[in-house]
Amino acid sequence: MALNSKIPSGPIEDKWTNYKNKIDLVNPANKRNIDVIVVGTGLAGGSAAATLAELGYNVKAFCFQDSPRRAHSIAAQGGINAAKNYQGDGDSVYRLFYDTVKGGDYRSREANVYRLAEVSSNIIDQCVAQGVPFARDYGGLLDNRSFGGVLVSRTFYAKGQTGQQLLLGAYSAMNRQIGRGKIKMYNRHEMLDVVIVDGKARGIITRNLVNGKIERHSAHAVVLGTGGYGNVFFLSTNAMGSNVTAAWKAHKRGAYFANPCYTQIHPTCIPVSGEHQSKLTLMSESLRNDGRIWVPKKKEDVEAIRNGSLKPTDLAEDDRDYYLERRYPAFGNLVPRDVASRAAKERCDAGFGVNATGEAVYLDFADAIIRYGKEQAHVKGLDEDNPTLIKKLGKEVVKAKYGNLFQMYEKIVDQNPYETPMMIYPAVHYTMGGVWVDYDLMTTVPGLYCIGEANFSDHGANRLGASALMQGLADGYFVLPYTIGNYLSNDIRTGPISTDTPEFEAAEKGVRETIDKLINNKGTHSVDYYHKKLGKIMWNKVGMSRNAKGLKEAISEIKALRVEFWEGVKIPGTANEYNEELAKAGRVADFLELGELFAKDALDRNESCGGHYREESVEESGDQKGEAKRDDENFKFVSAWEYKGEPSDAVLHKEHLIFENIELKQRSYK
Amino acid sequence: MNLTLKIWRQKSADHKGQLVDYIIEEVSPDMSFLEMLDVLNDQLISKDEEPIAFDHDCREGICGMCSLYINGEAHGPDRGITTCQLHMRKFKDGDTIYIEPFRAKAFPIIKDLIVDRSAFERIQHAGGFISVNTSGNTQDANAIPISKDAADEAMDAATCIGCGACVASCKNSSAMLFVGAKVSQYALLPQGQIEATDRVLNMVKQMDEEGFGNCTNTGACEVECPKGISLENIARMNSEYLKASLKG
Repeated sequence: MALNSKIPSGPIEDKWTNYKNKIDLVNPANKRNIDVIVVGTGLAGGSAAATLAELGYNVKAFCFQDSPRRAHSIAAQGGINAAKNYQGDGDSVYRLFYDTVKGGDYRSREANVYRLAEVSSNIIDQCVAQGVPFARDYGGLLDNRSFGGVLVSRTFYAKGQTGQQLLLGAYSAMNRQIGRGKIKMYNRHEMLDVVIVDGKARGIITRNLVNGKIERHSAHAVVLGTGGYGNVFFLSTNAMGSNVTAAWKAHKRGAYFANPCYTQIHPTCIPVSGEHQSKLTLMSESLRNDGRIWVPKKKEDVEAIRNGSLKPTDLAEDDRDYYLERRYPAFGNLVPRDVASRAAKERCDAGFGVNATGEAVYLDFADAIIRYGKEQAHVKGLDEDNPTLIKKLGKEVVKAKYGNLFQMYEKIVDQNPYETPMMIYPAVHYTMGGVWVDYDLMTTVPGLYCIGEANFSDHGANRLGASALMQGLADGYFVLPYTIGNYLSNDIRTGPISTDTPEFEAAEKGVRETIDKLINNKGTHSVDYYHKKLGKIMWNKVGMSRNAKGLKEAISEIKALRVEFWEGVKIPGTANEYNEELAKAGRVADFLELGELFAKDALDRNESCGGHYREESVEESGDQKGEAKRDDENFKFVSAWEYKGEPSDAVLHKEHLIFENIELKQRSYK
Repeated sequence: MNLTLKIWRQKSADHKGQLVDYIIEEVSPDMSFLEMLDVLNDQLISKDEEPIAFDHDCREGICGMCSLYINGEAHGPDRGITTCQLHMRKFKDGDTIYIEPFRAKAFPIIKDLIVDRSAFERIQHAGGFISVNTSGNTQDANAIPISKDAADEAMDAATCIGCGACVASCKNSSAMLFVGAKVSQYALLPQGQIEATDRVLNMVKQMDEEGFGNCTNTGACEVECPKGISLENIARMNSEYLKASLKG
């Protein structure tokens, strides 16, 4: 099947308006006869479910948590971008569009990104109307902060809990519709297959996680808002339950999977402390505004720090390597996420990591404390030469800015970051790749839509800070409700979809067989044993830095691990009760397939772009020597993979990217 | 360190439960409490025993999924954190730790340490929202100025994660802190005024129907709340309720 992205014609700034003017609508009486299934209740799924129900469709919403409010969007800290230009600093829809395409290293689709920028300001209006308590200034108007990779202040925030407040807004909109009976909510349910009838998505098979019951649910369209697949690495900043299963089942039913290798590895996370580690914790990007990143210059100092005979605070200034400031004098500690992560890895690989495992660098606030302290002493007319006073005043400023993050760090690491530098290391955070969708957000399966992090469309090869929340809500509140109507207008005479058909029968049978196979396996190892092994392969060979040899090894190792898993996994208990091991086993089985496709995609893309870094594709001379080298001539396309059985059999389809409004340039941060 | 764990085991809502003893050895002080349970579960699985069921998801203190009553305290001995943020360095070698589910009539046990908190959901369905449709044509966000103090106070109320520690800590199993936080968030904002009367009446009615007890101002909820939700929110809800009752 040839890919058709269905981008409307006309100038980019008119495409969405023209599209909305021309689509077919469903009249209110007919909407009452149409059912829509929404899987996942984060920012994308939650906002979509609420809006579709407001419009009059009968919505069935599903989440695996015990409440829609617990979806992992809740954990987003920093903020949400919108081209409001409230600060009068020159922001515009075009600039947000431009920054997002450039930040994504020119691997996203122009028309989708422009639409995202265009609806961004509606999101803020909508959220305020819902009662989302964004931060305000003393005049009562909304406040903004700045984020990496841009020159304007366009990020709206609610303390360090923006994701939480936006999700609670979408959740409240859902609650209103649940109360009205327009959304039927299924908590603690997991989707285990999509049902295709006559070539269209017409339902799903779910498992009730409380009692193990397998259920059939039908609808005229199915929407997946099921998040990213960062947990293929086992350790990531994702929630423990975040998984690829819904997206992967869709892929196996015909939805192409796009750019699986595009992963965001966030530079400032708390390092791994031991084998028991179950997940990683992010420290907000905002810390790099004031923290300086360094490792010792000399190996003997590294050794002394590791064995505890030297404190980092005692190391002389001349013996410290502020490697980001050294390598990137123009941007310093504020280089984009992908660049900062790779630089940390480079130093640690060279043996300069500062903790026992050798995988940590310092993020140091000592200079910021002195700088702020002196400023405060000056403002208050106090002694600017009294070091104790300066330190005290400086700490107060740092506490006001980052107090909650410092406290979180102290609880986890048991060190006081006001007195000794933080230790940080990059961790998997977000996946830009996902299910391929067209301009309508429809997958290659008619009637099957994919929104939010689960799709691939807006962030190219690297996502900018504060743009994930924007995309989730844009898709759910403002894009999908239009585009899905255009499709459903053909379904007004269809009537209820029966679940009593051979297609539902067959899908349910397949789900039951997989569950039976898992639960009856007389293996020896727990699910986590395999998941951790997969994570190690992914991190070591498909992580921050990739090469053909390692990727080929990863492919064969994952393949072998998959065989081992199906022979050796052991799941206690039964299938018809609450059984977390069984649920986890199903998810890891899918990660074991996705992981291979991920590595295959990374091998195929022999260029470096955004979060995907191939050691074979670096600048070899000039002032960019050693930096990532993008290859627009050969790789200016989206890789969309078609399922054909084993991941190794997947067939590549290319969506060539056309840039009509933005000139392609090499990113430089020197 | 080596620990003795006394953990509540209960097959399902219909079965009787009991505390079961487990010994766990070589626990690292850097482990989180839930990672310690992960290790225990791995050991149980390898011995062909059923692992302990407990709720958890984000493991960074924000989703509100984790619960646990540890040594008689919701979310354990530390303050201002959820169970997933509790670390083993808070305990010492040789300790005995009691681990139980959040107990309340309105939170029936599903299995072991997992409880059903859907009563909270139904309270939110009854009025935890502002009735505004998604249109993209609502007025500009800055057309509603809100004083910084009111916005900050609304934010403080809105940080509730809906974990249920307040209910578990209350001798009456009252949900007033949870409901008070939501009522307060909207009561403090101009957008919430239009439906203020119906909201508080409907949410309180649902709260009572779910079988939560009343508030007797003990304040245990505020002490155990991982997000520091203040008792003022209960006072504000009571005043909103009184106002609404007079209006009818």
